[in-house]
Amino acid sequence: MSESNMKPLVSVQNLCKTYGGEKRLFGGSTQALRAVNNVSFEIAPGETLGLVGESGSGKSTTGRVLLQLEAPTSGDILYKGENITGLSKAMLKPYRRDMQVIFQDPYASLNPRMTVGEFVGEPLEVHRLGGSRREREDRVASLFTKVGLDPSFMKRYPHEFSGGQRQRVNIARAIALNPAFIVADEPITALDVSIQAQIVNLFQDLQDELGLTYLFIAHDLSMIRYLCHRVAVMLRGRIVEIGPCDAIFENPQHAYTKALLSAIPVPDPDIERNRRPLVFDVGANLPREEAVLRPVGNRHFVLEA
Amino acid sequence: MAPLLEVRNLTVAFDTPDGTVHAVNDVSYSLEEGETLGIVGESGSGKSVHALSMVGLIAAPPGRIVRGEVLFNGRDLLALSQRELFEVRGKEIGFVFQDPMTSLNPVLTIERQIAEPLRRHFGMSASQARARVVELLELVGIPDAARRAKQYPHEFSGGMRQRVMIAIGISCNPKLLIADEATTALDVTVQAQILDLVRDLKKKIGTTVIWITHDMGVVAGLADTVQVMYGGRIMERGPVRAVFHDPRNAYTWGLLKSLPHGGRRGVTRLYQIPGNPPDLTKAPIGDPFAPRNPFATERCRIETPPLGDVEGSVPGHQVAAWYDLRAKLAAMEAQP
Repeated sequence: MSESNMKPLVSVQNLCKTYGGEKRLFGGSTQALRAVNNVSFEIAPGETLGLVGESGSGKSTTGRVLLQLEAPTSGDILYKGENITGLSKAMLKPYRRDMQVIFQDPYASLNPRMTVGEFVGEPLEVHRLGGSRREREDRVASLFTKVGLDPSFMKRYPHEFSGGQRQRVNIARAIALNPAFIVADEPITALDVSIQAQIVNLFQDLQDELGLTYLFIAHDLSMIRYLCHRVAVMLRGRIVEIGPCDAIFENPQHAYTKALLSAIPVPDPDIERNRRPLVFDVGANLPREEAVLRPVGNRHFVLEA
Repeated sequence: MAPLLEVRNLTVAFDTPDGTVHAVNDVSYSLEEGETLGIVGESGSGKSVHALSMVGLIAAPPGRIVRGEVLFNGRDLLALSQRELFEVRGKEIGFVFQDPMTSLNPVLTIERQIAEPLRRHFGMSASQARARVVELLELVGIPDAARRAKQYPHEFSGGMRQRVMIAIGISCNPKLLIADEATTALDVTVQAQILDLVRDLKKKIGTTVIWITHDMGVVAGLADTVQVMYGGRIMERGPVRAVFHDPRNAYTWGLLKSLPHGGRRGVTRLYQIPGNPPDLTKAPIGDPFAPRNPFATERCRIETPPLGDVEGSVPGHQVAAWYDLRAKLAAMEAQP
């Protein structure tokens, strides 16, 4: 699956996204915030890369800029080796088919006035795929089955569904166009605990079946290990550590990664009572601007101090 | 010694256009002084609603307390007037809510907001209250407390705001502190610091705590007793080690099993609880978890199991189940 000699499906090179910093009318400029700062990574076909970090680390912005839902300030986005940065809307359209997104809130991302069947079938219509109305309905029905929903639900509206079912609807829409790549931005965070495992398993089953490639954005590290082949840890817009899951979890190198891992509550009273989380003062340990990622193991890199 | 809090048959319903929502059904438990009770459950389990309804904090209508008693220090809170409850809230029972962004008033200084209950409940003078505010901010670990007290909420980070919320919650030395998803909105490293703070405060001032959360890991580290709720009912409760290591309700067992205990991709598959959360507009009949429970018996679907002592476990371990989970699990393992 994630062979290092395989050509990457997606890669970003020196990606930057800065907000603010505009010139003011009467001189000076607004304060610039570097939400994404010189981020580079590659994702191989069929691989899942986890992107973790705390709120404000720039992980969601990285996902949005990668999909060009927002324009990067600088840097390049490559898809199957082709540079697609800054392409026009029309030129991007075929790539949009291939690259889909699933958001955190399954409630907010559904259209309350559309039946869920129409919602899932809409991308087929937009891209003029799926043939006749009848053929399209059949396709939607098979998508419903694929994500574990009864096709008889197609005529219903979003309010009739629970959170987990709504996220299944969003996933069905995301895979409607047979994409190769999906950015999933905290897709299980808003779900009930008893539903999270269902959706995590669904993500894996779809990957095994359809060969999907994922960028999985999360702040919950415990699920990351279940889902991902590799993990990138972000801090204030920088990647501070990236590597295979086992290396990151068993042998974390950066102080911030260590602090994050030590802070995960463990559902076992005997372990939890003796756990002493490491303290990491972000303000005092901001990555130096000129610091670079250095190799510390097989495909394992850490930002130098 | 009489318990600090005794909840008896608390039942709460909401009258909505879609029908009556049976949010809390016949909940009974007691809490000793100094005890930390962790209540776990997901949305719709009744964990938050039952706590809010104890102190008159649910909107009525549509909310309605159908029946029950909540004895706090021997006094039935449900029989008190709003004016009397006003005296109880903040002073005898402190609260910390989930969202520190919306629970603080953005146009008042932190000092004003912490001082408000002190002046209202204890009639402190402005200078007395100021001194106490600084003391409280120091207690919850906010550095440079005297200067920080003069600042506004937007000048504090999320974790610092939640510390302020805890300072407000404990400002009047309440006998009971109720925290509802108090660390859910925070980053994990900040959550770890807040949990440390709460453990530390318990040691220092011995507050009795009800900690409401959906996170089993948080409960494992904080609670003496854990209470698992589902569909407005208590499914299981008991000393935290007994419930985590020897669960007797299929829902507790499923929840624990579905967590990623350090498992890895490709090596292990997560156990998943089938089905979806219950529709609370349907009248509660039987065990609310029965439709999702692979071990459910015919009786589970028609008759609600009472909460009773678990045979062969430690005192205080109680479960509501018609089936014997241990026997069911043993039978499952014996199958090829």
